Amino acid sequence: MKMPTPDAGTIAKRGEIIKRLRAIVPGEGVIVDEGELRTFECDGLMAYKQLPMVVVLPQTTEQVSQILKACHEMDVKIVPRGAGTGLSGGALPLADAVTVGLGKFNSVLDIDYENRCVVAQPGVTNRAITDAVEDQGFYYAPDPSSKIACTIGGNIAENAGGMHCLKYGLTTNNVLGVEMVLMDGEVIRLGGKHMDAGGLDLLGAVTGSEGLLGIITEVTVRILKQPDTAKALLIGFPNVEAGGECVAKIIGAGIIPGAMEMMDKMAIGAMQKFVDSGYPLDVESLLVVELDGPEAEVEYLTERVREIAESVGSSFLRVSENEAERQQFWKGRMSAFPSVGRISPDYLTMDGTIPRHKLPEVLTRMNELSKKYDLRVANVFHAGDGNLHPLILFDANIAGELDKAEAFGHDILRLCVEVGGVLSGEHGIGVEKRDLMGEMFTEDDIKQQQRLKCAFDAGGLLNPGKVYPTLHRCAELGRMHITDGKLPFPDIPRF
Amino acid sequence: MSDIFKPENEDHVLDAMRWAASGNAKVMEVMGQGTKRGLGRAQNADNVLDLSALSGITLYEPEELVMTARAGTPLSEVQAALDEANQMLAFEPWSPGGLYGTDGGTVGGLFASAVAGPRRPLVGSARDHMLGFHAVSGRGEVFKSGGRVVKNVSGFDLTKLMAGSMGTLAVMTDVSFKVLPKPEKSRTILLFGASNPGQAMRAAQNSPYEVSGVAHLPTSVAARSNVSYVSDAGTSVTAVRVEGPGPSVEVRCTALRDLLSGYDGAVEELHTSNTQSLWQEIRDVTFFAGDRQLWRLSVAPTDGSAIAAQLNGEYYFDWAGGLVWLAMDAQDDANVDQVRSALNGGHATLMRASEDVRARVPVFQPQADGVAQLMKRVRAGFDPHNILNPGRM
Repeated sequence: MKMPTPDAGTIAKRGEIIKRLRAIVPGEGVIVDEGELRTFECDGLMAYKQLPMVVVLPQTTEQVSQILKACHEMDVKIVPRGAGTGLSGGALPLADAVTVGLGKFNSVLDIDYENRCVVAQPGVTNRAITDAVEDQGFYYAPDPSSKIACTIGGNIAENAGGMHCLKYGLTTNNVLGVEMVLMDGEVIRLGGKHMDAGGLDLLGAVTGSEGLLGIITEVTVRILKQPDTAKALLIGFPNVEAGGECVAKIIGAGIIPGAMEMMDKMAIGAMQKFVDSGYPLDVESLLVVELDGPEAEVEYLTERVREIAESVGSSFLRVSENEAERQQFWKGRMSAFPSVGRISPDYLTMDGTIPRHKLPEVLTRMNELSKKYDLRVANVFHAGDGNLHPLILFDANIAGELDKAEAFGHDILRLCVEVGGVLSGEHGIGVEKRDLMGEMFTEDDIKQQQRLKCAFDAGGLLNPGKVYPTLHRCAELGRMHITDGKLPFPDIPRF
Repeated sequence: MSDIFKPENEDHVLDAMRWAASGNAKVMEVMGQGTKRGLGRAQNADNVLDLSALSGITLYEPEELVMTARAGTPLSEVQAALDEANQMLAFEPWSPGGLYGTDGGTVGGLFASAVAGPRRPLVGSARDHMLGFHAVSGRGEVFKSGGRVVKNVSGFDLTKLMAGSMGTLAVMTDVSFKVLPKPEKSRTILLFGASNPGQAMRAAQNSPYEVSGVAHLPTSVAARSNVSYVSDAGTSVTAVRVEGPGPSVEVRCTALRDLLSGYDGAVEELHTSNTQSLWQEIRDVTFFAGDRQLWRLSVAPTDGSAIAAQLNGEYYFDWAGGLVWLAMDAQDDANVDQVRSALNGGHATLMRASEDVRARVPVFQPQADGVAQLMKRVRAGFDPHNILNPGRM
């Protein structure tokens, strides 16, 4: 993975940059000592590390605005950062960039139950939003597994998902508005407490833009009323095909479960070893299906799912009998990452989406790749929406093994695209999948995306080196290449 | 007299757009069946790009909940295919009959105008159901974004931008979108003459009973319904829709009747066919069919009642008060200042007015300066010569 060559001129004026930042954010808000900078050297993609040139921790929108304005004037790059839990390297520092950490933006500003929304600063954690409204029976639906640590601003940057987005949507479907600062320091607001932002849907474009378009300084998200009850079913299958068929039939029957997670034998073993969740070890694939809603609905759907499971030949089926057991069923799946961490010194978390019915084919080919690369892979899968998380097990202390694991991961993502899927379902492209963008998009597709970038940040100063292998110059992107002015289409019916 | 181009495939669209973008750029009005031409500033372009021949469903996998169709595919064809598999477009797009007296529409037009109905607060809008597209930009280049899967963070989400862009960014040639199973059962709880309809609506919306529609019709509007329970009420009607599996719907209806009986009115329940008729009227704004000027206000639900009350028109609420449909007697300026200054956040769209009024009055809510400038730059990235439906938004 090659990052853009650091600009020597920028590094040379580090002292001046620090001075200007200190004038904006006084005291300990500007971090320059190597030891302290070390804390920020990577995000959740820990294979890549880089000391930032400077870290600044603003506390107000005005400060963010002044920081960006100053950096814009000095032509200095910016890397925005939430909690640094992202898995694709979106917050990986650059040697010639200022990392702007939003951790001090940690207040919930307004809880508006009547309008079902919460206004919060971007550094508030995902879980803290639910915590703030739970006593009134509300919650915030998107639930990435890092929800205790990850920030709502970072969730918007990555369009985070989670187990429950099959029924309740991704971040993009649950954000009502943002306040954000553009690279030149301008503060804008998109959306609010109403539905649909009006005009072009810039809010939709900003969500999932991985810190390339602006820095979010305030968010308005929708909260929902907690369902009355929830039950989980554990369903085991003697082969992967039966598991896939079960998922297809549940959805085909018109049932959209609150969550529907699948895991393969390697993952089941690792999880059950880590925490006793009651997972059977003699099945090839295991489904956790959660049904939520009024009790009568949950009872009714539980029976229907049970019938479907039995009709496709399930070999194991248990329904949670109480809340404690439901939580127990989830414990294993929730601790997928640490479980795998226990059976392997290192692992890479991949994230692709495929059309659901391609699952057996993809798993078969993934196993072939596993043999080819001689690396084990454990699979957890948001089965309902086709989002695959293969965990590639490797040992970074063995020379060349990280490269091998990455090559394996890239082959998996190529496979996802080949069968009609995409490179990332919820973790983002970042640096991790950056060089694979060409597998999914043509040059013209990518150029059109980059023209959006030009509208927000013409100088390309925000989070460079992420998402796109190369950033074309905006002047070049703006040029028109059509030369023939004649009516060239005798074929088109004209009236 | 306009030249009409009727491309039959993507290459034809590309040819037409390359021609339009070259030399002295030529303006194109992009059109499906033209059923929503009443929305936005009228176009009087020399050239019309009529996409109605770019038609057909190219992929439909009911178990994957996904469909792909060419932009000019008639919605009736999509509807028929969905009916056969007992599925639907869950965001409940309105038909243009009530608003414009037109009938039909195409897939491209549906997503380009991003219309959504009563189910929007529960399941999202057109932008939440659109998964991907292919298009030809105003630069004369083919590009795509998104895909056919729901979870996708691969590059910027141009799909969201395209939804609701009224054909001003690019000419979509096909669209992939999410479809969902139809509910097994639908019921509506009616509350007559509620003492505080705003609160009653929000109580239902914020209950754990997963309501799929919450509307309030003042007396004069309710009287125009074709559902006799509503039209014969002689008072205002608050309506709450519940959908889902049979046993669940029954339980939730009972709970909602209890909840709403606290608002001083009598409570009644509508079964399937009356439920369908009523919500179709609410969705399609048939109560205000005709030619009065019509505004659509998207606001915070708690603001809806107060805003509507200070405007001199006839109105009703959808989205638990967050959507106000407001019909006003025709004025040269469509009461634009009065309507927009009543807002406290949110936006107002002039959905229906004569061509000359729409030429004078900004149909879509003007944005704050910084956002307006940003939108202009975004648009220029797609259509630098401003040849696609210029000024329509």
